[in-house]
Amino acid sequence: MVGIVIVSHSQKIAEGTRELALQMAPEAPIAAAGGLPDGGIGTDFQRIYDAIESVAGTDGVIVLFDMGSAIMTTEMVIDSFEGTDIRMVDGPVVESSVVAAVSSAVGMDMDGIVEAIRDAAQTPKLSS
Amino acid sequence: MATIADLISILEGMNGIIQENKDFLTQLDMPIGDSDHGINMARGFQAVADKLPSLAEKDAGTILKTVGMTLVSTVGGASGPLYGTAFMKAAVAANGKTELTMADFLAMLDAAVEGVKFRGKSTTGEQTMLDAMVPALEAMKAASGSVGEILAAGLAAAQAGVENTKGMIATKGRASYLGERSLGHQDPGATSFALLLSVIAKHFA
Repeated sequence: MVGIVIVSHSQKIAEGTRELALQMAPEAPIAAAGGLPDGGIGTDFQRIYDAIESVAGTDGVIVLFDMGSAIMTTEMVIDSFEGTDIRMVDGPVVESSVVAAVSSAVGMDMDGIVEAIRDAAQTPKLSS
Repeated sequence: MATIADLISILEGMNGIIQENKDFLTQLDMPIGDSDHGINMARGFQAVADKLPSLAEKDAGTILKTVGMTLVSTVGGASGPLYGTAFMKAAVAANGKTELTMADFLAMLDAAVEGVKFRGKSTTGEQTMLDAMVPALEAMKAASGSVGEILAAGLAAAQAGVENTKGMIATKGRASYLGERSLGHQDPGATSFALLLSVIAKHFA
């Protein structure tokens, strides 16, 4: 299965989003990398590195992120990683995490999940 | 121009000036950002200072790479990957050197600027640290005279660049969410760069 990592400035956002996604796909490999080691708001290189490592298998890892340093720090982590296909995918974090989780859980490959997230990002939530 | 002892002394001085200006930098970040620039920079540069005693026997490249990695690992905000990348790119330009000339320093700053542009997907005029870094680099490239005079020209340009950020609307970073409300504010990242450069200028004055 494709691993999923949720990077946020907030530990609660990352863990809460993971919890929400796991509810629909309990077997999906999802790791949360939110906040600083002291519990404060921010992004932490080592936390992101460890989260990616914890879900990295042969099928690759998708990283979802909030903004600013979450993007830049993740890019630097990916630069330091070798041998794993890691892709950052743009999109709303909560919806993308749910889509990624259910897709990974049914064995969809990396390209398929990336496409599913992009589709979801473009689908309006209000139908009117 | 500079020996390893100078470099270590400058890095200690950088931690000092960041600690002294921790509250000031955080105050600048309050109206337009997430109120953490001073706190984050202080945490990062303290971690750098803690590593300096173990670096005294290393070459400039190794020292600067360690500084960059430490900032990336400890700052926790956007200034971590940005200053981290700046120091790591400068490290490549200083690789293996135990003495640095003015030409080396300009090459290091040039690499640092390119690194920040790449990492932040940013350029000048977007109310970021680049609005202090780029004018400083250009002024020093154009300046002549002693090392002290060239650095003084760079510092003056950086400080003018900081002032100019007040007339900009942020299009990068957290301040970009404020749109036109970012106008009139001095960019915290440009300010911290001018502070760091002032340590180098003072060292060779």
